[in-house]
Amino acid sequence: MNKPMGGPHGPGRGPGMMGAKPEIQKGVFSRLMKMLFKDYGGQLVIVAICIVLSTIGSTSSSLFLNKFIIIITDGMKKGWDAVSGSFVNTILMMIGVTVVGIIASVIHTQIMAGLTQGFLNKMRKRMFSLMEKLPIRYFDTHSHGDIMSHYTNDIDTMRQLISQSLPAMFTSALTITVLVIYMLYLSVWMTMIVFAAVILMMVVVKKIGGQSSKYFLRQQKAIGKTEGYIEEMISGQKVVKVFNHEEENCKDFDKINNQLFDESSKANSFANIMMPIMGNIGNILYVAIAFIGGVMILSGNVKNISLSGSPLNLAVVIPFINMTRTFTQNISQVSQHMNSIVMALAGSKRVFDFIDGEPEKDEGYVTLVNAKEENGKITECKERTGEWAWKVPHSDGSITYTKLMGDVRMENMTFGYEKGKTVLHDVTLFAEPGQKVAFVGATGAGKTTITNLINRFYDVEDGKIRYDGININKIKKDDLRRSLGIVLQDTNLFTGTVMDNIRYGKLDATDEECVKAAKLANADEFISILPDGYDTMLTSNGANLSQGQRQLIAIARAAVADPPVMILDEATSSIDTRTEAIVQSGMDALMKGRTVFVIAHRLSTIHNSDVIMVLEHGRIIERGNHDKLMEEKGRYYQLYTGSFD
Amino acid sequence: MNTIKRLLGCVREYKTQTILSPIFISLEVAVECIIPFFTKDLINAIEASSDISVITKYGFILIVLAVFALLFGALSGHFSAVASAGFAKNIRHDMFYAVQDYSFANIDKFSSSSLVTRLTTDITHVQNAFMTVIRVALRSPLMLITSVIMTILIKPSITLTFLVMIPFLTFALIMVFKLVMPFFRRIFKKYDNLNNSVQENVQGIRAVKSYVREDYENEKFNKASDEVCYDFTKAEKIMAFGNPLMMTAIYIVMVLIIYICSKVIITSSGADLNVGDLSTLLTYGMQIMMSMMMLTMNFVMLSMSAPAATRIVEVLNEKPTITDPENPVYDVKDGSVDFDNVEFSYSPEAKNHTLKNINLHIKSGETVGIMGATGSSKSSLIQLICRLYDVNSGSVKVGGTDVRDYDLKTLRDSVSVVLQKNVLFSGTVKENLRWGDKEATDEEIVRACKLAQADDFIREMPNEYDTFIERGGVNVSGGQKQRLCIARALLKKPKILILDDSTSAVDTKTDALIRKAMREEIPNTTKIIIAQRVASIQDADKIVVINNGMIDGVGTHDELIESNEIYREVFESQTKAGDFDE
Repeated sequence: MNKPMGGPHGPGRGPGMMGAKPEIQKGVFSRLMKMLFKDYGGQLVIVAICIVLSTIGSTSSSLFLNKFIIIITDGMKKGWDAVSGSFVNTILMMIGVTVVGIIASVIHTQIMAGLTQGFLNKMRKRMFSLMEKLPIRYFDTHSHGDIMSHYTNDIDTMRQLISQSLPAMFTSALTITVLVIYMLYLSVWMTMIVFAAVILMMVVVKKIGGQSSKYFLRQQKAIGKTEGYIEEMISGQKVVKVFNHEEENCKDFDKINNQLFDESSKANSFANIMMPIMGNIGNILYVAIAFIGGVMILSGNVKNISLSGSPLNLAVVIPFINMTRTFTQNISQVSQHMNSIVMALAGSKRVFDFIDGEPEKDEGYVTLVNAKEENGKITECKERTGEWAWKVPHSDGSITYTKLMGDVRMENMTFGYEKGKTVLHDVTLFAEPGQKVAFVGATGAGKTTITNLINRFYDVEDGKIRYDGININKIKKDDLRRSLGIVLQDTNLFTGTVMDNIRYGKLDATDEECVKAAKLANADEFISILPDGYDTMLTSNGANLSQGQRQLIAIARAAVADPPVMILDEATSSIDTRTEAIVQSGMDALMKGRTVFVIAHRLSTIHNSDVIMVLEHGRIIERGNHDKLMEEKGRYYQLYTGSFD
Repeated sequence: MNTIKRLLGCVREYKTQTILSPIFISLEVAVECIIPFFTKDLINAIEASSDISVITKYGFILIVLAVFALLFGALSGHFSAVASAGFAKNIRHDMFYAVQDYSFANIDKFSSSSLVTRLTTDITHVQNAFMTVIRVALRSPLMLITSVIMTILIKPSITLTFLVMIPFLTFALIMVFKLVMPFFRRIFKKYDNLNNSVQENVQGIRAVKSYVREDYENEKFNKASDEVCYDFTKAEKIMAFGNPLMMTAIYIVMVLIIYICSKVIITSSGADLNVGDLSTLLTYGMQIMMSMMMLTMNFVMLSMSAPAATRIVEVLNEKPTITDPENPVYDVKDGSVDFDNVEFSYSPEAKNHTLKNINLHIKSGETVGIMGATGSSKSSLIQLICRLYDVNSGSVKVGGTDVRDYDLKTLRDSVSVVLQKNVLFSGTVKENLRWGDKEATDEEIVRACKLAQADDFIREMPNEYDTFIERGGVNVSGGQKQRLCIARALLKKPKILILDDSTSAVDTKTDALIRKAMREEIPNTTKIIIAQRVASIQDADKIVVINNGMIDGVGTHDELIESNEIYREVFESQTKAGDFDE
């Protein structure tokens, strides 16, 4: 049965590649099988038994036909009454066998349906939970489209493999085996003829299939090119209009489109021709068997060699003719599924490679706990006190507590995303609790990189970062990040209400807390005029909001998390200056009493910082507060005054 | 029905192939149905121990028939492939051309991403459906009818058996699909949720990790995944009944044929019916049942491609909201711009106008700065000048003529806009720049780039002006991209140049240099600059402050500092401080 699902497959991307050399990745296949058997071993055994039963049921009809013809021939001599007993018995037997076969097939298809979906569900969940553990580097170095396609295309090829190709292959292989036995049972000679025809079929399939898959690859390329062109031009259609570029576009498009037509009509021609060829080789075989069988019977002097020992007669030839049909059908099925198996294994390999990705390493053992401070002594407690402490276990088994202050120091940090390409050179800086540290510099100067290192999105290779005097490599990543709040330039909101999105900062925050945070960020005003206020649904990253509004929500989200250290990476860049003035007061309120790292290109955001670092090519070239830097008349002064002489 | 008619209009030069394909299919089916008929004669000849020449005769006929069937099948395969590929080509062509005629409003209506889907995935669906129709869809009913006729020729009473089974099977199969379709519809939606969840996590991984929400996201995803799994399992389980149902029907038919025929053969001693007939009837029986199943399946497949077809026709039938006037003006006199009582909104139903009561007069050669908060409709204002949208009431004049009276190409060549959301296309730097002027000489290109302060960094690129820009311009920085876009717009040698926040990622120094170059090199061009930075427009001849879709103030910098509160506020907030772009 064709499944209505299956994603956007190109015209005939499936068929036509039969006979293409199957390069089955053995490791992938066995790994997949192992996973299947580990979870569903028992069910799979039942499925296998049921497939055997139903195959016997469906193939046995030929054998029964042989019996019936013997009975009929007999009956024509002796009369109906003489044979009616054995006739009814045989027909009952046949009904019995087929009923068993049908029941077996119901059972195995039902089991397979549940099994396939269950397995895919597990796979998906596994992929997702492993994905959440992958380091940021993975996401920065892999295209998001590729990651997405693991969940869609690759999983879909797995579905086809498990639910369709594998059972079909098993059935076909079984049917072929059973048929060969039946055929040998009836006549060895005629079996030989069938084999000869099958070999011929294989040769043809290989020849045409090879051609076909060659053109399919070319079609694939042409499709990619066409779709790429369409995507690029349609996405940029407004620019096309502004430049009156429509005619040129049409010309280019026609060229690409015509090429796709050429490749696609060739590829599909080959694929389409395959079916009648396969079918009619079956037909020719059918005739050949009938003819040769007839000649053999007539000449009467060919001795039949068979397992049954019966002579060559109509009772042999007729079921044989019917069997050849089933036989060739199954052969072409095998070659068809071969192709989708190859594709599915490629898909499975991509899934396996994905889940084999190395997760973020975390060797930290220092954790963040709620704390109470009494008489200068810090003790751990369960309830939220608003105070936090680092719990540091020592090798001798003792535990000490360090109060969470928000003191961040970096010493001689050198870092590069790729080997040999250093982005930060020997950077040293410190931020005392409650201080505001600003980074200034051109794109690519290394501002964001520094923040990437503080929260350990990337790990520093040289130098040390200490948080409240503790090397951050010793702090558990989750706890480290919990103590840091981040507002990024590209805000990411999630599907859900505005309230949900603010609450993302602290899952157990009450509605009041969220509204308070929104007020702090000056987001309350615009939220309350949204159609459903705080219950307004946000979809596709808050597409119904302006960039500035999205950033306000992101600031509110950080505010509700209430961390001692905040990193604001161009958090207000997309807000116009006037709105920013409004946000600024909220931001100031948010920054109060916290250690804050700010990256911004607007002076209004940073001029009141305690320390301003001017970065250039990964080095700190100037540091100091606003007044000091202005006095120095260096790079900061230039940037500030806009004098460039 | 209109949908189908509209789509069939795309067959055009592939009519011959489209018609030939089903013709050859019919021939193939006819031949294939005759084959069992002659097989019966062959078997009967063998049974009757006829002469070997009789058997040879039938054998020969059969082989010839099979060869013909193969030939016809192959031909129809070829023609259908060409026809459907050509059909798809024409649809793609028509759609692409239609989109080229779209106005901004048309594009907004569909959204770019939806247009892309319609031009790719949807066409594939329709192409597949088309191939099915001209190839398989005809095959099954033909097979069915011919087989039924053949059985009537052999033994009419047996035909009754099929006639009973056909409605039974059809009913059962349709029931299966009826039951399963609502599930699939739900699954599509849930799948969307699932993919959405993944996408959000991939894009927002920094947010997820900074807030340590991995477990929370896992939980969310697991729920979505379980829901898909639940519905999908149900749907698949129902679907799985299709095959056993089919088998049941086939076996019932088989048993009936065997039972009835055997009795007739034996009681009539082969006079009314013989063993050859029995074998042929079985073959036809199989064929009838198989074509029944194919028919139902095709029906389902076709009904599934219906939404894709509808979406395509929507694109084809969309009327461009902006078209050339009947007697267009081909000459833009000068670079003056006049807004008279302009009201504008993006959708006619909108209660609040995006732009209200705009009266603004810009002389040719002036430099005009536009300032206002995000969402104050600055971009909407300038998009009216080159008629990217049409006003609701009032008029916009360029060079003294209403923009609606110009030939669009003429107008847009004279009014060059650097859009806020700008794009570079895959191709070399030079190719991208030539969008502005196809025939631009290398010297002209370099001059434009020098004006836009792009020449320096282009020279530093690996292949200078022949450096390949990746799709979406990902291998140049934001500031570089903006400068390239300005150079591209300059190459048009427009009478009016509009920069919509086009230097936001360019550092202050370069920004100043660009403005200086423009002032000196193209003094006669009207320059309209939207900017966030006061510095970018401070020295303009005229500054327009927009607030909530209305003009809040017009004047020079000094005048506005005096008279306009919004402008003063912005100025103060920025000059208390400089600006640190880049």
